[in-house]
Formats: sequence, C-alpha cells, structure tokens
Amino acid sequence: MLTKRVIPCLDVRNGRVTKGVKFKNNVDLGDPVEMAVGYSEGGADELVFYDITASAEGRPIDIGMVEAVARAVRIPFAVGGGISSLADMERVILAGAEKISVNSLAVRNPQIIAEGARAFGRQCVVLGMDPVRSGKTPSGYEITTRGYRDFTGMDAVEWARRAADLGTGEIVVNSVDADGTREGFELEITRLVAEAVDVPVVASGGAGRPEHFVTVFREARADAAIVAGMIHSGEFTIASIKDAMRDAGVPVRMSW
Amino acid sequence: MTAIIDYRAGNLTSVRNAFAALGAEAVVTRDPAAIASADRVVFPGVGAARSAMDNLSELGLVNAVKSAAMSGRPFLGICLGMQILFDHSDEDGGVDTLGVLRGRVMRFPRVPGFKVPAIGWNDVGGREYYFVHSYYAELVPETAGVAEYAGVRFTAMVKKGRLWACQFHPEKSGRVGLELLEEWLKLDNDGCAKC
Repeated sequence: MLTKRVIPCLDVRNGRVTKGVKFKNNVDLGDPVEMAVGYSEGGADELVFYDITASAEGRPIDIGMVEAVARAVRIPFAVGGGISSLADMERVILAGAEKISVNSLAVRNPQIIAEGARAFGRQCVVLGMDPVRSGKTPSGYEITTRGYRDFTGMDAVEWARRAADLGTGEIVVNSVDADGTREGFELEITRLVAEAVDVPVVASGGAGRPEHFVTVFREARADAAIVAGMIHSGEFTIASIKDAMRDAGVPVRMSW
Repeated sequence: MTAIIDYRAGNLTSVRNAFAALGAEAVVTRDPAAIASADRVVFPGVGAARSAMDNLSELGLVNAVKSAAMSGRPFLGICLGMQILFDHSDEDGGVDTLGVLRGRVMRFPRVPGFKVPAIGWNDVGGREYYFVHSYYAELVPETAGVAEYAGVRFTAMVKKGRLWACQFHPEKSGRVGLELLEEWLKLDNDGCAKC
C-alpha cells in the first residue's frame, strides 16, 4: 500500500524562498537548500520548488539551485516555473530533479507533455494546473495561467483528462480559490480530477491545519497534498500533519 | 571503484549524489572496459523497457551488463535496471530483456482507487522506500523483499549472491535508502566464494 504523500512547496524568488498570498505580499522565508534539508529531515515525502518569478520575467530556471538541492537531499523533488522547452526540462533533470512541473507552457503547447513523457518517461512530467471556480465551463472550474493572471476558457477536468492522455505522470491541482486562505483544500475540484484520471493527483492550495490533510485524503481521493505557509511559519510541523493522518487511519510514512 | 552504467536511461545524478553522500567513489560510464574492470557495478534506469534495450544494443553494452551481473562482483540494479534483468517485460507490446534472472515483468491491473504509475513510499519488510513504476516483476525464488499495490504482491528486491536489484529508488529513499546502499557497498568484491 502506498502511503499518502505530504509535499512541502517552496516558492523561490531571486534565490530565496518566499511566501505570498495569490502571488502578492511576498515575505522572505530562507535559503532553499537549507529549508529543503530541514523538511527532508522533518519527514517530507517529496519536495516541490516553483521558481515563481521565472515565467513573469521570462528568466530561465536557476540550475545551480537545482544542483545544490539534489546534492543536499535524498528524497525526490520536482521543479516548476520558467520551463519553456524540452531542452529546459532536460537541464533540470540532468541537474538532479526527478520531475518537471509544467503549467502555462502546457496550456500554450500541450504537445510538450507528450514530448517530455517520450524523452524522460511519464513519471518525470507533472502537470500543474490553477483552476478557479467559474460558470463558464462544464465542470464549474476554469484553467488560469501565468499565476492566475489569464483566464483560458478551458475546463479544468477536460484539461486533466487530455493531459493524462498526452502522457503526464501526475497532476497537481492548485485551487486558485483556496490558495493562501489556510481554510482547507478545495475538495470538489480535487475529487473531480482524481476521479477523472488514472494518474496520481496532488492537492494544492489552502492547507492551514493538520486535519485538512486528513480531509483531502479521505474525501477528495488525493494521492498527495502540498503544504506551504502553515509549516513555513513554524506554526505546524510535517510531523504534526503526519500524526493527524496516522491517528485518522490514513496510510502515512512515519519513520524517516 | 563503482561504475554507474550510463545507457541514456534517465537521470544518473541522483544515484551519483547518493554514493557521494556515502563517500564512495563512483564514475558514470558507458565504456564496456570500465564496466568490466569496476569493483562494483550499478545499473540504474528510468523509462521504458524497449528503449532501454535498444539503447543497450546501440551502445554495445548488452554483454557488458550481463557479464557484470553474472560475474559475482557486487551488482545493483535499480528500478528499470531491475526489471530488464528478467527474461521478459510486457511493456511496449512485449520485449525480451536481459534474462539474467528468470521471471516476467507485468503491468499493474486497473483497480479503482489505485493510480498508475504507482508513485510514492511503500513498505518492504517494515521499511518504506520510494517507488515510481507502472510495471512490476512477479515473485521469483530470488525475491528478497516483497511490496504490495493494486492487489498485487510483487518483487521489490531480489538478491542472488552479490547481485542485488530493487524496484524502488534507494538513492531517493532518505535514510533507509542510504542504509541499503551502504550495506551493498560493504559486500565483498573478491569473486564469488561466499555467494
């Protein structure tokens, strides 16, 4: 039985981990490599790094940081943001990341998913999506891109199915509505996507308390969930999240 | 010296980094002579069975890998590097693989609630390791570790003397993964007297 994964997310801006609500009010939280080591030793099952300023500024991903993280931690990690081609994906993988997360790029050019899966294996290609509640699409959720700046008119569930058919190995569902609220994951869109595709689904956005993880794993069929602000602030630890999961009977990795 | 075989089957950086963390000297190579003379050989792999076999053929490495695996020197297959040590994989419509071990590699069945690829940490004899795979090797006499997913009990690890191979990624399995690599590094490499 696979355990349900808890994945700290580190948003990196100019070489520092930052946290803001809906891409605003960013606060410096620390050094990405030190934080990666800390979370790895604290029980993280995986890590994800988003180079959040990369796409807006058209700047390539910080390969030196990827290499430093790969040397420092012995758990898998994904990198997203600033990836604009197959060559970028390759550089990130050769630097030591297990997975590349594509989001806006895949919306512009869906074939990049198929190309990445062919070149590196589908387990390397993660689709990140930023759905927002919307009356304009059949599922009630519409895909946004470029850090929620652009509305695409694309239906979130349809997009998930298409991406899985194209060869994505995993889908991160980052709810725009829940992001930064700390009021819990958006269960409905997570469950809609989890039930629509055969590949693992990672819930993202809204985690504020350990119980939120129990709920998203039990009720929304997520395979993994992203944690950020609630542990970055020092209010909670990964261990406290995992204790809550274990106490509720959710399969979880408890020794590390 | 440990040789990590490079046959264009995925990222070797993690494997090299893990050995570096243990202070073990490891070189990434696709030179058959270097593989033949190494004290220890690591055979990693990510991707699909057919392209892996094609790459081994194109690079002239099929015999080098088979010889190393059967030499009695410490040998470690990882993930796809374990799967293609078996006779046959059902992947890509069916591929005959290296045949160092008897056994077959199959796809996980479709079972509601069990996503494929299977990605994450799974229990092997009381320890959890990181797995990423859509195919699994059946249980064989050399199976030394069993894991379970989608209602299937499969080979998580094989040991045949100093030939070890694992479906999971020890290089990405935190402390327990490093401990396994350390144990493998402690195997004698003086021929096969203690196999």
